[in-house]
Amino acid sequence: MGGHLNANHLLFLGHGALWTIGLSLIALIGGGIVGFVIALARISPLRSVRLLSAAYVQLVQGTPLLVILFLGYFGLAAIGLKMSPLAAASASLTLYVAAYLGEIWRGSIQSVPKPQWEAAEGLALSRTQRMMKVILPQAIRIATPPTVGFMVQIIKNTSLASVVGFVELMRSGQIVNNSLFEPFIVYAIIAAVYFAMCYPLSLFSQKLERRMGRGSANFSLA
Amino acid sequence: MNIELDFPAVLERWPNFLGGAILTLELAFLATVSGALIGTLAAVGRGNHSRLIARICKVYVEAIRNTPLLVQIFLVYFGLASIGLKLSAFTVAVVALTINVGAYTAEIMRAGFEAIPRGQIEAAEGLALSRFQIYWHIILLPAVERVYPALTSQFVLLMLASSVCSQISAEELTAVANYIQSDTYRAFETYIIVAVLYILLSLVMRAGFWGLGLVLFPRRRRLGTAL
Amino acid sequence: MQQPASSTPIVSLRDVQKSFGSLKVLDGVSFTVERGEVLAVIGRSGSGKSTALRCIDRFEKVDGGEITVCGRRVDLPDVDLRALRQDVGIVFQSYNLFPHLTIEQNITLAPCSVKRMCLSEAKALAHKVLAQVGLEEKIHAYPEQLSGGQQQRAAIARSLAMQPKVMLFDEVTSALDPELTGEVLKVIEQLAADGMTMMMVTHEMGFAKGIADRIVFMHRGKVHETGPASILTSPTTLELAQFVGTGNLKS
Repeated sequence: MGGHLNANHLLFLGHGALWTIGLSLIALIGGGIVGFVIALARISPLRSVRLLSAAYVQLVQGTPLLVILFLGYFGLAAIGLKMSPLAAASASLTLYVAAYLGEIWRGSIQSVPKPQWEAAEGLALSRTQRMMKVILPQAIRIATPPTVGFMVQIIKNTSLASVVGFVELMRSGQIVNNSLFEPFIVYAIIAAVYFAMCYPLSLFSQKLERRMGRGSANFSLA
Repeated sequence: MNIELDFPAVLERWPNFLGGAILTLELAFLATVSGALIGTLAAVGRGNHSRLIARICKVYVEAIRNTPLLVQIFLVYFGLASIGLKLSAFTVAVVALTINVGAYTAEIMRAGFEAIPRGQIEAAEGLALSRFQIYWHIILLPAVERVYPALTSQFVLLMLASSVCSQISAEELTAVANYIQSDTYRAFETYIIVAVLYILLSLVMRAGFWGLGLVLFPRRRRLGTAL
Repeated sequence: MQQPASSTPIVSLRDVQKSFGSLKVLDGVSFTVERGEVLAVIGRSGSGKSTALRCIDRFEKVDGGEITVCGRRVDLPDVDLRALRQDVGIVFQSYNLFPHLTIEQNITLAPCSVKRMCLSEAKALAHKVLAQVGLEEKIHAYPEQLSGGQQQRAAIARSLAMQPKVMLFDEVTSALDPELTGEVLKVIEQLAADGMTMMMVTHEMGFAKGIADRIVFMHRGKVHETGPASILTSPTTLELAQFVGTGNLKS
């Protein structure tokens, strides 16, 4: 590489973009699974479980993702747990996304109208049955718009994986820039690619929200 | 595996941590104040009769909300440099964070503005208040009160997100952590301490916003009800 | 009523036209409000009476015709809205007090920011207008601490503080429980007795009959019948007779 922006550079950026999508999916799936557990734990009948999960959410939401990432990559390595950049990024994003999705979903579950809970109880369904058959199907409808909206945050946050050397879109941009020395142009292109990934999701989330006829929490981070 | 943790070795560097934490708070404070200002202006602008102004505000909000802060910081850093503005990393960080949080503020404030009943504005118009006076006396405070929780969460998130400014070597808390861990070879302890400091900073900010809320919304203080 | 002999009307509408989309709401409406007069505008919902009132304070733009308020052409695009609204006080059905301000602040806001009155003077004024509506003891309360009737009286006081030349009342008792309308009507009666020029859109037939110098009956966007309060007891058109429900059409 070198000289002017050429097809190789673009190919390299495209490759990075694919990894951004890949890492986003890992974070969404991993964070989704853990987040679901967090959401249920937050409304558990057991006080200790509720407290523990609330503490987890408070700790993660009070810490920058970048610090979690450094802790996972440099911190754990320093005490003998060496992880690849991909593994560290995946694990950090999973923990981070879980705290936010857990809160979004807890809110959705709790906003299923009270009579529904009571009706399900009146039918003598067990707690699991009530949850699976009555509450969750309704909660999913409520949770969809903010979840789609949060996917935008996930995509943007994967850019931090570049800092520990994982070659996703941001990092591939930095590498291309190292040979071109055209930072403004390169980062403008990177920004445009992120926008192309995020904006459709934002629009879709807004559309879903309008269809639901309700506002939702405005979760966001940089 | 034999794990030895030595927190005291890292805590010796507390003056550095403290300096970083203060710089992070300064960054957050400056960006919050200026971001709240341009965000509110952008929210007002989105309702402007001029299509062009409304459009510009929308593009600003959407462009920022759909790109990563890290990219925005680099764009501001190299963008300002390319037009010959040599600014300190701290100034660049404040500018980038302001632009960033302004867009989120605009979106939140817009929701607040939209929640003001039409009758309130008509009543104010009927009393001959000017457009500016209506925004200032009738719309702004009730709108802020309505979205205050969302707004303050956003500002806390901004403080946390400012850690990204370590990447352009602004000497804030995360940057401080980075050089302390490379000095001490105690990365784990360092980042744990920094995480705790960030959690404390977010608690401090929340407490501050709670107190500010008491001052800003005297009616709520007296009656305890939301608008 | 003390009426200067040579007075031009405070408010005059001439052939006013107004449509919302394809719906013609005002179809050539003309009437006047003279100085010191109390004019009651009645009619079914949808007859255009509220729209006519809102056009006078330029909350709606007219499509055609002329509206003059205190010598100012309101239908023209370059009307000085702030000057107009200093001359005209308007009270709404839904009170529209500002919830984040105390009653006193609700009242002092406009005198202070529009007329640049100093705060102590505005506060004295607030006391005076609140006394007029019998609400002095609520001066430091927030609107939500007041009953509907009290809120509406506070809204009237807020308008009075701007010392308007004419007051517009847009169905000010329609949102109130029946037992609360009396206190609001009493305040309006007192204003009338003090010689305030007023135009009110109302459903309260008995009240209109008792207080109005003149009645305008609107029907399908037109002034259908107009005259002294006595037209309510002896209407000359079938529509007004049906509206007041007397049935004793004088022909």
